[in-house]
Amino acid sequence: MYRYDEFDATIVRERVEQFRGQVTRRLAGELTEDQFRPLRLKNGLYLQLHAYMLRIAVPYGVLNSKQMRKLAHIARRYDRGFGHFTTRQNIQFNWPQLGDVPDILQHLAEVEMHAIQTSGNCIRNVTADQFAGVAADEIEDPRIWAEIVRQWSTFHPEFSYLPRKFKIAVTGAPDDRAAVRVHDIGLRIVQNEAGETGFEVWVGGGLGRTPIIGVAIRKFLPKEHLLSYLEAILRTYNLLGRRDNIYKARIKILVQATGGEKFGQMVEEEWEKIKDGPLHLPQAEIDRIHRYFAPPAYEALPDVDPAFETAKLENPDFARWARVNLVKHKVPGYAIVNASLKPEGGAPGDASADQMDLLADLADKFSLGEVRVTHHQNIVFPNVRKRDLFALWQRLKSARLATSNLGFISDIIACPGLDYCNLANARSIPVAQRLSRHFSDPRKLDEIGDLRLNISGCINACGHHHVGHIGILGVDKQGQEFYQVTVGGSSKDDASLGKIVGAAFSEDDIVPAIDTIINTYLANRTDRSERFLDYVRRAGVDPFKEALYGPAPARRTAAE
Amino acid sequence: MAMASQMITANRLLDGAVVYFTAGKSWSPNFTDGAVWPDKESADAALIESKESVKARIVVEPYLFDVAVTEAGPKPTSARERIRADHKPTFEPDQGSWTGQISG
Ligand code: SF4
Repeated sequence: MYRYDEFDATIVRERVEQFRGQVTRRLAGELTEDQFRPLRLKNGLYLQLHAYMLRIAVPYGVLNSKQMRKLAHIARRYDRGFGHFTTRQNIQFNWPQLGDVPDILQHLAEVEMHAIQTSGNCIRNVTADQFAGVAADEIEDPRIWAEIVRQWSTFHPEFSYLPRKFKIAVTGAPDDRAAVRVHDIGLRIVQNEAGETGFEVWVGGGLGRTPIIGVAIRKFLPKEHLLSYLEAILRTYNLLGRRDNIYKARIKILVQATGGEKFGQMVEEEWEKIKDGPLHLPQAEIDRIHRYFAPPAYEALPDVDPAFETAKLENPDFARWARVNLVKHKVPGYAIVNASLKPEGGAPGDASADQMDLLADLADKFSLGEVRVTHHQNIVFPNVRKRDLFALWQRLKSARLATSNLGFISDIIACPGLDYCNLANARSIPVAQRLSRHFSDPRKLDEIGDLRLNISGCINACGHHHVGHIGILGVDKQGQEFYQVTVGGSSKDDASLGKIVGAAFSEDDIVPAIDTIINTYLANRTDRSERFLDYVRRAGVDPFKEALYGPAPARRTAAE
Repeated sequence: MAMASQMITANRLLDGAVVYFTAGKSWSPNFTDGAVWPDKESADAALIESKESVKARIVVEPYLFDVAVTEAGPKPTSARERIRADHKPTFEPDQGSWTGQISG
């Protein structure tokens, strides 16, 4: 993985000292809250419902064991013994004290981490496919490009005060695991007819108040031009994006207002002027970054491991976990392991300090010292020998990290919601907990099959509810929590936005409502091969409306 | 209809903890210590007074919120303020993943 050079190390260290000075001045009364707020936000420090919250960047979701151990230490020493992994592959601590934050940042700097650009109207932490570099279906490793983008965007002076925040995602595989179509910029590594690799560039996607699937403004961008092209997009947006209305300030609104084609032309015009300038990437520089991500020394192993096969035969629980939570590795004899942070009744994405320490130890022992954070709020061990899988599973199981539910209805994405978040309308985590208890029977999960359920506590959509096969959005009705349900969303290659099924449900009614939706699907699908999403696309929302609110005429009468 | 009474809350500067403005013009983490203002004039005046504590670097962002005055005392009318008054998430730690027994 990437290691800081002297330049990286210096700017991060200096930033810690700068923030330490700012905190001291705030506490001494030399800075007012109005002056201090933007400074703390620039260092990822929010003020939430009960306490401060520190959001720490995990660049494109990659962590080494030393970094994970440091997060465990911070959780224990400065927080309440746990942290929350987010849909942006970051981690948040919910209870830091203001005076401790400079020390926390110093600890992070020691392991090449920071909280810079995790807030504010700048280019945020770049996200990527969590299986980067190891997925069997990958065209090329997106981490190299995510790192190049990270370096370019860090403290980029022109883009520190954009109209609004800006999120970039990169994927290197045809199966889009990074949700690139719902990002401000989404980059897909593709191959052209000549067999060269480059980027397909998507812009103007996003969730939040106005969910929009992005548009592809360029089918093939040669790799050496990546930064100049990004610069051209950002410059066009920075000049023309609206600053008068926070709800209209994201690039998606500009792209919609301008039209995708016209916006693409404007970018191309700007790009023509700068493409051969200093941002043109020399091959030597690409190669230099590439070397940081050179494949580790894999052993030459047979793809079928007899011990693994035997363990599956002897232990049905293990066999089920292996079937559900493993993903095909590009190297024979290895597997990609997903450790679920969604145990039955758990808070999605939360991990205790002990769990983090264990994850770090297991990464060292079984996965060449590295883990990944996924935007589904799980943890990945990217490089596990098949022969070690049974031992790894046993250790994970002992710490409630081996729930076999990857991609099932209980693998819920949930934002912190009204239990923590200052902007929330309703709680997300307790709903996720109740749903995961309701849908805990493995046979039921198998029967339902592929189903993504995402929950956001407000329209900001941190829980990606619009792109859940089932989405739940917390709304406020006169101080009470209600939940609006959508069906038919997807963040993958077939990206789509969910459609609202009808009036919102109360806290008591939301789990039964989801149960009704699932039963409607199970009763009406053609057969098991018709996934929930396929069924919604075929049948629309009407069968759900009818099951939830009664037949159409009755609904009309009730409304009259 | 119940009278629209109000209370004042803020977050403490040092740790962000939820606090309530009391009749004695100080701040308490206990909701029950908070003063209740029965009308808009007294509430607005108290809010102005509470802002002295912002200058004194005790709290940040004080604001008024509605409470329903019942026989058992004032109750926040919104889910948000009910949760803040408890100083913690509503889910029990022993149900969360983060207290999972670590035996390995
Ligand atoms: S979706 Fe809303 S409630 Fe949830 S974390 Fe984002 S801002 Fe907070």
